Amino acid sequence: MSSVATRKPLTVQLALSAFMIIWLIAAAFPFFWTLWGSFKVELDFFSIADWTNAIFGRNTEATFGSPFTGAGYEGAWVQEEFWRNVFNTFIVCLFVVCTSLTIGTLGGYALSRSGFKYVFWLLIIALIFRAMPQITLVSGYLPVFFHWNIWGYLPTAIIVLVAINQPFTLWMLHSFFESIPKELDESAKVDGCTQFQAFRYVIIPVMWPGVITTGLFSFLLAYNDFAVTALVLQESNRTMIPAIAAFLGTTQTEGNVMFAVAAVVSATAPLFVLVMFFQRQIVSGLTAGAVKG
Amino acid sequence: MKHSTFFWFFAPTGLAMLIFIAAPIASVLVQSVFTPHEPVIIEAENCGPFGCTTETTIDQDATQALRDAEPLGRFRGFDIYFDRGHLAVAEVAEAWRTSDSLGAFFGELGDLPFYRAMAFTLTYTFVCTPALIALGFVIAISVNALHRSLRGLAIFFSLLPMIVTPLVGSLILFWMIDSRGVLGTFIQYLADDPDLSIKASTPLMWIALIIYGIWSSAPFAFVVFYAGLQTVPQDTIESAKIDGASRWEQIRYIIIPHLMPLVTFVALIQLMDNFKVFEPILGFTAQAHAQSLSWIIFNDLSGETRQLSAAAATSVMTIVCVAILLSPVLIRTWRDFRGRAR
Repeated sequence: MSSVATRKPLTVQLALSAFMIIWLIAAAFPFFWTLWGSFKVELDFFSIADWTNAIFGRNTEATFGSPFTGAGYEGAWVQEEFWRNVFNTFIVCLFVVCTSLTIGTLGGYALSRSGFKYVFWLLIIALIFRAMPQITLVSGYLPVFFHWNIWGYLPTAIIVLVAINQPFTLWMLHSFFESIPKELDESAKVDGCTQFQAFRYVIIPVMWPGVITTGLFSFLLAYNDFAVTALVLQESNRTMIPAIAAFLGTTQTEGNVMFAVAAVVSATAPLFVLVMFFQRQIVSGLTAGAVKG
Repeated sequence: MKHSTFFWFFAPTGLAMLIFIAAPIASVLVQSVFTPHEPVIIEAENCGPFGCTTETTIDQDATQALRDAEPLGRFRGFDIYFDRGHLAVAEVAEAWRTSDSLGAFFGELGDLPFYRAMAFTLTYTFVCTPALIALGFVIAISVNALHRSLRGLAIFFSLLPMIVTPLVGSLILFWMIDSRGVLGTFIQYLADDPDLSIKASTPLMWIALIIYGIWSSAPFAFVVFYAGLQTVPQDTIESAKIDGASRWEQIRYIIIPHLMPLVTFVALIQLMDNFKVFEPILGFTAQAHAQSLSWIIFNDLSGETRQLSAAAATSVMTIVCVAILLSPVLIRTWRDFRGRAR
C-alpha cells in the first residue's frame, strides 16, 4: 500500500486528518450529545444559564439527587405509552420486510432470467415509480381508503409500504440475480425441474447475501417512513416516527420536551446497532447501483 | 423463460405496483380536476308575528343523490391549478401589471404559497446537491488516506447522518442549534448577539435547513465515491508521478475524470431526492419561514379539513417537476442498456 510512490507529504496528511476529525465530530457528535442530554432535565438539556450544565447536569442533580435521570424515558415509554408505537413499528417492519422480499425475489428473479424486451421496459417503469415522491402517492390513496373504510389500519400501511418498496427491491435483486450464473438453474431444468423447482432448489440456497442486503434497505424504508404512516394510520396505532412528530405538538406546550428527546434516542438506537452489524452490506448496497453504471 | 412462467413470477410484485403506485398517480390526476360537491342547501322562510327569518339547512337526501350520481365530484377543469393556492394566474398577472420593477414583482410572487414553496424547494435542491457532492468527495479522499484499521470506524460514523430517520436527524440537529441549545448559544456568543434566534429569522432558517440537507446526504456521496476510489488504476497514478504530476494534478487529471460517471449518478439521484424535501421542515418547525411542495401537500392532507383536491393539484405539479429531473436518468439508463445489448 504505502510504497514510496504513493506516500503523501506530511502537510497533506495532516490536512486530511484534520478534516477527517472535523467531519467525524460533525457526523457523530450530535448523536452522543443528544444521548447524554436525554438523561438530564430540560433545564440542563437546553441550558440557557451555563452550557456546561448540559454536561454535568447541575439542575438534574438538584431535582433528582443524581446527575442522571431516566425521567424522560419513563415519561415517554410509560406515561405516553411509546412502547405501543415501538410495537407497531416492529409489526410494520417485520411484515413489510418479509412480504416485500418474498414477492420481490420472485419478480427480480424472473426479470433476470427472461431475455425478452419487456424486461427493460418493466425496469424503466420501476425506475419512474421509484422516483415518485411518496407524499404524492398518499394524496392519491386517501379518498379511496376513506371510501372503502380501510383507512387507519396497520395492514393498509403495510401493503402500501410493501408496494412503495417494490421498485427499489426489484432493481437491487435484479442486478443481484444477474450475477448468479444462468447455467445453475438451466442445468437443473435440463435435469427435469420446472422453473419454480429450479428456483426453489438451486437459487434459493445461494441467494441469501443479496436478499439480506435488500432486506436491510426494505427495513430502513419501513422504519424511517413518515409520509405514509403519518397520514394513513390513526392516533391509536401510530408507529414511532409519526408518534415523535405528534409528541412535538403536545409536549412542547406542556414542557415535556424531554419525552420527545427520550423517544428520539430510543428510535435512533436500533439504527445504530443495525449499522454496526451490517455496515458492509449497507455500503455494498448503496454502491451496487452506482459502480456498475 | 417462457412468457407464462415470467407472468406468474412477476404477477405479485407487478400487481402491487399497479394498484399502489400506478393507480394513485391516476387517482391524483383525476382528483385534481374535480372538487367534492357542495352540500345542497335549502332555504326556508319562517314568518311569525315578529317578522321573517330565513333558515338554511342541508338537504341530506339531495346531497347524497348528487354524490351518488357523480361520485367524482364537480368537474372543474384546470380551475384548481389556477387558483390562489397553486399557480395563482390571476394574482401573478395582477402583480405583473401593477409592480414597476422586477424586484417588486418577485416580492409579490413571494407572497403566493406555491411560488414561495417553489423558491425554497429549488434553492434547497440546487444548493445542497453540489455542496454535498463536494463534501462527500473530500470525505472519501480523507477516509482513503486513513490507515486501513481506522477506515471501518470512520465509515461507521460517517454513515450515521444518512441512515438515521430524517425527522429524527433533523430534530437532533434542531435541538442543538435552537437558541437554548449548545450550538445556538455558541453562535450567539460568536455573533455577540444574545437575542439571535434561528427560529426568528428566515435566512438563518434556510441556511440551517440547507446545512441539514448537506449533513444528511453527504454520506451517500461519500460511500459512492469511496467505492469508486478503490478502482482508480494505481499504475496510471504512479506513471503520472514519475512524469512529475503534483498531488493536485493527480486529483484533477486522473481521480476526478475517473469518478465523473459516479458524480453524475449521485447528482441525478440527489436532485430528485432533495426536491422531495419535507421532514426537516417539520423537524425544524420551519413552516413559517420555509415551505416545500411536499410540505404543502402534507399540510393539505393532514388536519381536520383534508383538502384532497388542492393536495392532488400540488401533487400533479410535483410529479411533473420530478419527471423533468428524472428525464436525464432515464436517458442515461436507456443508453446504458442499449450499450450492453449491443
